[in-house]
Amino acid sequence: MTSRDLILGRIRAALGEPAPPEEQPLPRHYLTTHAPDEPAALLDLLHRNLADYRARVHRCTDVELPARIAELLATRGTRTVAVPPDLPPDWLGAVTAERLADDGTLTAARLDAVDSVVTGCALAIAETGTIVLDAGPGQGRRLLTLVPDHHVCVVRAPEQVVASVPLALPRLDPARPQTWISGPSATSDIELDRVEGVHGPRTLEVLLVTPA
Amino acid sequence: MTGTFLGMPAFPQAAERAVRDGQLRANLRHATHTIRDKRARAVAELPDWAELRAAGKAIKDHTLRHLDRYLVQLEESVTAAGGTVHWAADAEEANRIVADLVHATAETEVVKVKSMATQEIGLNEALAAEGITAYETDLAELIVQLGDDRPSHILVPAIHRNRAEIREIFAERMADWGRPAPEGLTDSPAELAEAARLHLREKFLRAQVAVSGANFMVAETGTLVVVESEGNGRMCLTLPRTLISVVGIEKVVPTWRDLEVFLQLLPRSSTAERMNPYTSLWTGTTAGDGPSEFHLVLLDNGRTAVLADQVGRQALRCIRCSACLNVCPVYERAGGHAYGSVYPGPIGAILTPQLRGTTSPVDASLPYASSLCGACYDVCPVAIDIPEVLVHLRERVTEQGGHPMERAAIAAAGYVLDHPALLTAAERLAGRTRALHPRRLPGPGRAWTDTRDLPEVPAEPFRDWWRKNRP
Repeated sequence: MTSRDLILGRIRAALGEPAPPEEQPLPRHYLTTHAPDEPAALLDLLHRNLADYRARVHRCTDVELPARIAELLATRGTRTVAVPPDLPPDWLGAVTAERLADDGTLTAARLDAVDSVVTGCALAIAETGTIVLDAGPGQGRRLLTLVPDHHVCVVRAPEQVVASVPLALPRLDPARPQTWISGPSATSDIELDRVEGVHGPRTLEVLLVTPA
Repeated sequence: MTGTFLGMPAFPQAAERAVRDGQLRANLRHATHTIRDKRARAVAELPDWAELRAAGKAIKDHTLRHLDRYLVQLEESVTAAGGTVHWAADAEEANRIVADLVHATAETEVVKVKSMATQEIGLNEALAAEGITAYETDLAELIVQLGDDRPSHILVPAIHRNRAEIREIFAERMADWGRPAPEGLTDSPAELAEAARLHLREKFLRAQVAVSGANFMVAETGTLVVVESEGNGRMCLTLPRTLISVVGIEKVVPTWRDLEVFLQLLPRSSTAERMNPYTSLWTGTTAGDGPSEFHLVLLDNGRTAVLADQVGRQALRCIRCSACLNVCPVYERAGGHAYGSVYPGPIGAILTPQLRGTTSPVDASLPYASSLCGACYDVCPVAIDIPEVLVHLRERVTEQGGHPMERAAIAAAGYVLDHPALLTAAERLAGRTRALHPRRLPGPGRAWTDTRDLPEVPAEPFRDWWRKNRP
């Protein structure tokens, strides 16, 4: 007998009679959202919650975006910036730092020596202050946003902002690898006190971009 | 479970030592009070918490009732997405599978994401016996590993250590495991985190094999979910070529949609955050992104025995948030080590005796490691009625027989009560020898009379008095 058969057999024996097919649907009486159904208020909520968990949040219009990205990288003193290959080219239009587009061969060791990374995102969740990356357009492979110490992430409002976790999941494809990010890397392991900055990027800057 | 815990003293002896340790009590009190207030605030933000909790309970109960079906579905989904599924009936088999998978890569070291399941099976020790070094990468697990210590909390395994002790462990031990701690390291948490970042980064960058657990597995999609804070999880799940996840069979949930319940319940109950810093979700393998080889080891190791107990099986709903530890007055004073298992606190007191049985002294004592105050039930995000299971397990322990002297005394009393003439003689004898009665019981009964008075025997049995005085 294989262990698979053994375990499945133990489960069936433990449960006794096969359970009758359930007529009652599972109780899902919780709310779909706790946030206001109004784009500007939702964006404010996202802003507050991101900042509450120590992300640095900036706002600008799509016209201002290239200048703001250049400014953030210059302030940081960034010399090399990694980007996914399909980042909209105009985003880096004003950037003077050396650009490193990931063609799929960038190693973790190489990225460890890179100062910053700039990406887009799949969506952002206002209620929890979360940015979701799913390796889709403008986001790149997972290691790209993991190894460098400074991550600049662009969120396009209102179309990429959802209110809640229940509204986010249906918009995401389970087949894609996902990283949900809520503030920079942190730990509560020392006396259950939250300290920002362990292995992931220690500085997370979020640019909330609205149409001009 | 792991051999580290074999031969542990029963809970009362271990707890007695722990409560005399003033430093330990101060550390625990500080940490548990900090987190319990934060949790209350995080939960109060959601007006529908009760409904989320009810849904979490219902989803888990439904899954358990159809566990065979969902595991088979999960296996199909993971396989279709490019993963390989292994089944392990017990700890030994799981350790064997992981060791063989690591050997097949020809590597001799692995990086690990914090995982209760791999602690439960003693994976690190089993791998060490095979010449494979496992590096723990969670900060608290690193503190435990470097300090040659045992975990004492589900979420924060080094909760029993304060910052000064952690500084000392890092300064003294990091060099033995790799990059030494920076010169002049202070006990500021930010500096300690920085030291861990530097120490572990070289390991992440060279690691070819990672071992993880998972918080959830989605049957319909084959997706695994790891919820974390530090980014060590992302490192382990993304950088190595081979990923091996060891997950208890009760971690499966039926649908992608079900995550909307648990990704709201878990962070607020656990670290008291709206959302934890990082959550990784992956489905099999993805070409060009992350590990090219993914193995899922489904672990039974006593879980099906828990499932067979209709009262006790609710313990399998547990999502390992540790809220019950943080509110427990017994845990706060006794600490996690007294529970003699990787699962301490109220959930450990019901899970450990069910996974391991109640034959050893520590396991038989765990159902009594509670005042039944019910605080654990109130905060449990999946509504596990821990006091109910504790009482149920106490019944089980008593059924397996108490102290031999107690059994002899009960048997003798039964015989005397069955024979009225003998009872009368015994009562008269007891009445006449009153002056000789001890104030405290001798032998094994002594502890009982430490805190209780023996009832006084009347000078004359009631039935004799009645015969003389009735009208």
